[in-house]
Amino acid sequence: MALFRRRRFVRTSSGDFTVRMRPEERALLASLPEQLAALVADGPSPATTRLFPPAYAEAPELEEEYQRLMSDELVRRRQETLTVVRDSIGREQLTEAELHAWVGVFNDVRLVLGTLLDVSENREILDVDPESADMAQRVAYLVLSEIVEEGVVALSTALPPPVRE
Amino acid sequence: MAAPTVAPVEAEDTEHDERVDPDKPWIVIVWNDPINLMSYVTFVFQKLFGYSYERATELMLDVHHKGRAIVSSGSRERAELDVFRLHEHGLWATMQQES
Repeated sequence: MALFRRRRFVRTSSGDFTVRMRPEERALLASLPEQLAALVADGPSPATTRLFPPAYAEAPELEEEYQRLMSDELVRRRQETLTVVRDSIGREQLTEAELHAWVGVFNDVRLVLGTLLDVSENREILDVDPESADMAQRVAYLVLSEIVEEGVVALSTALPPPVRE
Repeated sequence: MAAPTVAPVEAEDTEHDERVDPDKPWIVIVWNDPINLMSYVTFVFQKLFGYSYERATELMLDVHHKGRAIVSSGSRERAELDVFRLHEHGLWATMQQES
C-alpha cells in the first residue's frame, strides 16, 4: 500500500479543483454517466430503487400524491447533474459546482452497484470468488468509493461556515 | 450545485386526511443504509442544512449506530423540500408527523 498516494482532487488558489487520475480510472468514469442516464431515464426500477426512495413511508395516500408531483422532478434534476458530468468528464480542471456534480453522480452509481451487488455492512465487497462474474462491478464500486470520499474531502474545504448547530 | 428551485407539493386535500394534524410539526428522518459512506452522509448534512462538521458527524453517527436520525423539522412543505433534496443526494429519507 502506498503511504503517500496522490490525491485525485486538489483545490487551487482560484477555487477550482485540479483532477489527477490514472488513464484507466478516467476511462472507467467516462463510461458511467451514459449508463446511469439510461437507467435514470427509465424511472424507478429494482436497480435504481435507492435513487427514488419513498417520502411517506407510513402514509400510502400521501406517498402516492408526493410521487405523482415530485418523481419526474427528481428524474429531471438527476439528468441535469448527469449533463454537467458528461460535459466535464475529460477535463483536468473542475469548478466547485462540477465537482459537486461528479460526487453526486458517482455516488448514485455506487448506490446502483451496491443495490445490484447486495452490499451489506457485514460482508466485504471483495469477499467472493476471484473468478466471480461481477468482479469488475465490485472493483468499480471500490474505486468509486475512493473517488466519492476524496471528492467529499476536497469539497469540504470549500463549504461555507455553518449556519446552525 | 444550484439551490433547489422545486416548488413544495401543494397540500391538496389534507384537511380531511386524518393522517395530517395541522398542529403537529413534521420531522425528516434519515435511515441507515450499508452503501452511503459515513463521510458522504456527514458532508450532505453540512451542505444541505448548514450544520457544523461536529453536529453533522453526530447526526451521521446516530444514523449509523441507532439506525436513524431526525435531521430537520417544521412545516409539511419544508419537510417535503428537505426530503426531496436528501433523495436528490442519494440518502434514504422519509418524513412523518411528530408523535
